[in-house]
Amino acid sequence: MFIEKDLVAAAATPLVLGILAEGESYGYAIIKRVNELSRGEMQWTDGMLYPLLHRLERAGHVSATWRTGDNGRRRKHYAITDAGRAVLAERAAQWSVVADALQQVWRSAQLPPAAAPGWV
Amino acid sequence: MTVDAHLESRIADWRGYVADHRVIAPADIDEMEDHLREQISDLMSVGLTDGEAFLVAVGRMGGVDELSREFAQEHSDRLWKQLVLSRTDRGENSGRTGELAVVLGLALGAGLAVRAGFEWLSESALLRNAAVLILPFLATYFAWKRTMPARTIAALAVPFILAAVVLNVFPFEPGGATEIVAAIHAPVVLWFAVGFAYTGGDRRSHRRRMDFVRFTGEWAVYLALLALGGGVLTGLTAGAFDALGIDLEPFLEQWIIPFGPAGAVIVAAWLVEAKQQVVENIAPVLTRVFTPITILMLVALFVAVVASHSVVDVDRGLLILMDLILVLVLGLLLYSISARDPYAPPNVFDLLQIVLIVAALAVDVLMLAAMAGRIAEFGFTANKVTALGLNLVLMVDLLWAAKLGISFQRGRSGFAAVERWQTRYLPVYAVWAMFAVVAIPPLFRFV
Repeated sequence: MFIEKDLVAAAATPLVLGILAEGESYGYAIIKRVNELSRGEMQWTDGMLYPLLHRLERAGHVSATWRTGDNGRRRKHYAITDAGRAVLAERAAQWSVVADALQQVWRSAQLPPAAAPGWV
Repeated sequence: MTVDAHLESRIADWRGYVADHRVIAPADIDEMEDHLREQISDLMSVGLTDGEAFLVAVGRMGGVDELSREFAQEHSDRLWKQLVLSRTDRGENSGRTGELAVVLGLALGAGLAVRAGFEWLSESALLRNAAVLILPFLATYFAWKRTMPARTIAALAVPFILAAVVLNVFPFEPGGATEIVAAIHAPVVLWFAVGFAYTGGDRRSHRRRMDFVRFTGEWAVYLALLALGGGVLTGLTAGAFDALGIDLEPFLEQWIIPFGPAGAVIVAAWLVEAKQQVVENIAPVLTRVFTPITILMLVALFVAVVASHSVVDVDRGLLILMDLILVLVLGLLLYSISARDPYAPPNVFDLLQIVLIVAALAVDVLMLAAMAGRIAEFGFTANKVTALGLNLVLMVDLLWAAKLGISFQRGRSGFAAVERWQTRYLPVYAVWAMFAVVAIPPLFRFV
């Protein structure tokens, strides 16, 4: 299924914050988790994650630390901050309103089954 | 070549290619390279060859042009270093063609304007009009450099024309306080107009505003260096000619004094634009040196005022001095905010900065309390209103900056909040300066 770029972009911030709320993580692991959660349906240009993480860092929603791994390579780990949790809670509330509204309208509109996959 | 070495060389190629896009910093490339390597090893573990895995991993990483655009948006401070703002987002460092000629032409133009002022204006009118004579040339430089559209250029001309009209139509009492107030604030107003040109008309962008603050700081440093060098050179030349029995003074007065400062204003701006990296390393050092010294000065002042019990006798001169100190503190604060790496966690220096603000506010409150008594006794004058108004505007800014600084120190908010407050507050200064030029003289009957 192709998911529209704008939709992916809109979901990116709460998704990343949510993943970091599960525990500290780093870029590649975050992408893997996104794939896992969306069963590979949310295709993401991997590189785009980093500007997003830096934006969140600048806003103080996540904090970052460089650590050296067992293989001697440096890796930047991200953890959510209290401010980030507050933002996440706010976003979660917004998204559940949206999701709830969509669920309701779909139940009452009764989409034809063929239309569903093509709907973007 | 072994498989590993082959892969390593391809990763190195990729790295080099990304590094060409200079908005992506080495640390960011490290981060993405780590990602790339892990992706490759995961793909190889499910059976892809190293070549295939490399291609897939690089493909998933995304197009480098697109990525660097995204990075540029997030890191406009880096972009600024690369001087590629209004041109391409490739890392080319070449200025516009013929830039030097334009700069020299504008510097000459500014010098001629001031020279004409020397010739036709009275001394007080010249001082009043100095900014009107020089700054349009600086604004023109940026309008040219940012290739502004005609309509924006027309908008840019408006404040200069209005300032010229107001400063010369108002019937100022010669040497009166309102004339001085207007003369001091007109350059501030017009500096904001220059800022409008600097941002290429994009005045709403907070990033661009911060860039302008940074520019102002660097410009001041360059101007000071030029003034120092120019002063020494002029002094030496005059001395040498004097020893030869030739009086250089008429030449100095007629040509060096009008052309030197006016040209320096333009050349300093060009230097900031063209030779950014040179001062960039000095900026954080300067703020780090002067912040502690300023704190010491403020504490000494505080103690002196309290100890001498002369609070009752403070005159308006002291209030103006206090304003200057607050302006200095604000300048130091703005400059260090603009020079600071927004990603660094709070450190001792940030704490020092809060101490600086609090010390300045403490001294200020002391002075204000004293002044309130004076004003109650002798009433308002143009000077007092200006000094008090500026004091108020500065205090609000610094109080809030202190609050945000503390919450950043405690990890409650990011540095972005501190930055954002200052860029949002900037227009207040513009409005205040405009008020001082346009409204205060008529309010006090131009005395």
